[in-house]
Amino acid sequence: MCAVSFLNLSIFALAGELKSADAKPGSKNQIEIKDFHFNPQTLTVKSGEKITWINRDEEPHTVVSVEKQFKKSTALDTDQEFTITAGVPGTYTYFCSVHPKMTGTIVVEK
Amino acid sequence: MSDYISHDHEQDGIDRRGFLQCMAWAGTGLLWTVSGGILASKTLAQIAKAGEALPASTLSFLQISDSHIGFSKDANKDVTATFKIALDRINAMPTPPSFLIHTGDITQLSKPEEFDTFDEVLKSCRTNDVFYVPGEHDVLNDGGKLYRDRYLKRVEAKGSGWYSFNKNGVHFIGLVNVLNLQAGGLGQLGDEQLEWLETDVKGLSADTPIVVFAHIPLWTVYPEWGWGTSDSERALGYLKRFGSVTVLNGHIHQVLQKVEGNITFHTAMSTAFPQPAPGSAPSPGPMKVPTEKLRSMLGLTSVKYLQGKSSLAVVDSNLS
Repeated sequence: MCAVSFLNLSIFALAGELKSADAKPGSKNQIEIKDFHFNPQTLTVKSGEKITWINRDEEPHTVVSVEKQFKKSTALDTDQEFTITAGVPGTYTYFCSVHPKMTGTIVVEK
Repeated sequence: MSDYISHDHEQDGIDRRGFLQCMAWAGTGLLWTVSGGILASKTLAQIAKAGEALPASTLSFLQISDSHIGFSKDANKDVTATFKIALDRINAMPTPPSFLIHTGDITQLSKPEEFDTFDEVLKSCRTNDVFYVPGEHDVLNDGGKLYRDRYLKRVEAKGSGWYSFNKNGVHFIGLVNVLNLQAGGLGQLGDEQLEWLETDVKGLSADTPIVVFAHIPLWTVYPEWGWGTSDSERALGYLKRFGSVTVLNGHIHQVLQKVEGNITFHTAMSTAFPQPAPGSAPSPGPMKVPTEKLRSMLGLTSVKYLQGKSSLAVVDSNLS
C-alpha cells in the first residue's frame, strides 16, 4: 500500500462563498452529502482530478479515509466543502467519522 | 393527555422471558404500555399542586441532553433560548434536584465559543452540579480534548473520559461511546473502557442500584441510523446480576423506553430540536415542526430514587 496515495489539497470555503449545488448540477467530481448519504456513493475519477464533497445536511459530517490514505476533513457544517486531488490509481473507501454508517468509495483510474 | 410520562416499575412483576419492549414516542402522544410493573403518569405540575415533599432519603437528579448550542437552522433558530427554558423549569421545581446529568451534544460543532455560551447560560441554573458524558458533536475535531479539559474536572475520569461515582447508595457510571468509531459501525465503547467497567462493578453488591449514562443508546434502537452501540451487550453483561439498572441516553432527541430483565433503557428529549421516529424520515436529521409545537417536543428527564426501593422512577417533561 502506498504511504501517500492522494496528493492533498484541502480547500475550505464558507457557505457564503459557495455557489449553490443547484447552480451547477452534476458538476464534475462532486460528491453531495445529503440525508446522511454520500451521493454518488461510488465516484470514479482520473488521477490528478479534484474531488469535492459538499455537505447539504443540517448535521455536520466528515470525510475520513478508512485506511488513512488521504488527509481527513474537519467537520463540515452545512454547505461547507472539502476538496482533495486524486493521486495513485486504486480504490479508496471512506466514511463519516461522526456517523460511521455513512460510507463511500473513490475509484481512481490512470 | 399528559405530556409527562412517569415510569416506575418497582414491583418487579416482570416475568416474561427475553425482552420486554416498551416504547414511548414523544412525537405521537403518550403512549407507552408496559407489560410488567407499574406505570403511572403524573405531571410535574400535579406533583407541585399536591405539595408532595420528597422524603429526606430520596435522591432526585435531572437529565438534560442534546443542547446543541450553536445550531441555528430552521428546526430551532434559537437553541440557547430553549436551553434557558429548560433551566427555568429546573429552577421552578419544588425540590431542586441534587445534581444534573448532561448526556452529550452540549454543542453543535465543538467550538470553544459554543462551550462558552453553554457554560454561561448554565450559571442561571440553581443546580449547577453537573456530570457530563460527551456526544459526537462535542468531540468533532480534537478527539474530545477540549470537552475533557472543561467538563471532567470534578470526577476521576479514565481513558477518553469515563468514570463512576456514588450518591445515596446509587452507583453512577458515565460512559463514552462516541470516539474512535469504525466505518460502517455504530457507537462504540472499546476494550479498554469495557475492562474498566468490569472491574468497576466487580466489588458491588447485587442490590446496589446502578445508573449508567452515555450519549448514544446502549441498546440497538435503529442500526440503519447508527442508533446503537456495537459492544453494548458486553457492558450490559457485566450489569445483569444487579437488581436495578437504569440506562440513560440521549442522541436520538425523543423519549424511548425499553425494559429488558432488570435493565431499564431510557432516552431523553433534546433541549434543541426533535428528531424523527426511527425510519419515519429519509434521515435522522433535525425534524422541522411548526413553531408552536416545538417546545412540546423538547424536554428534560427527572429521576428519583427512594432508598430501600428497588428501582428508580423516571419522569419526562416537555418545555411547552
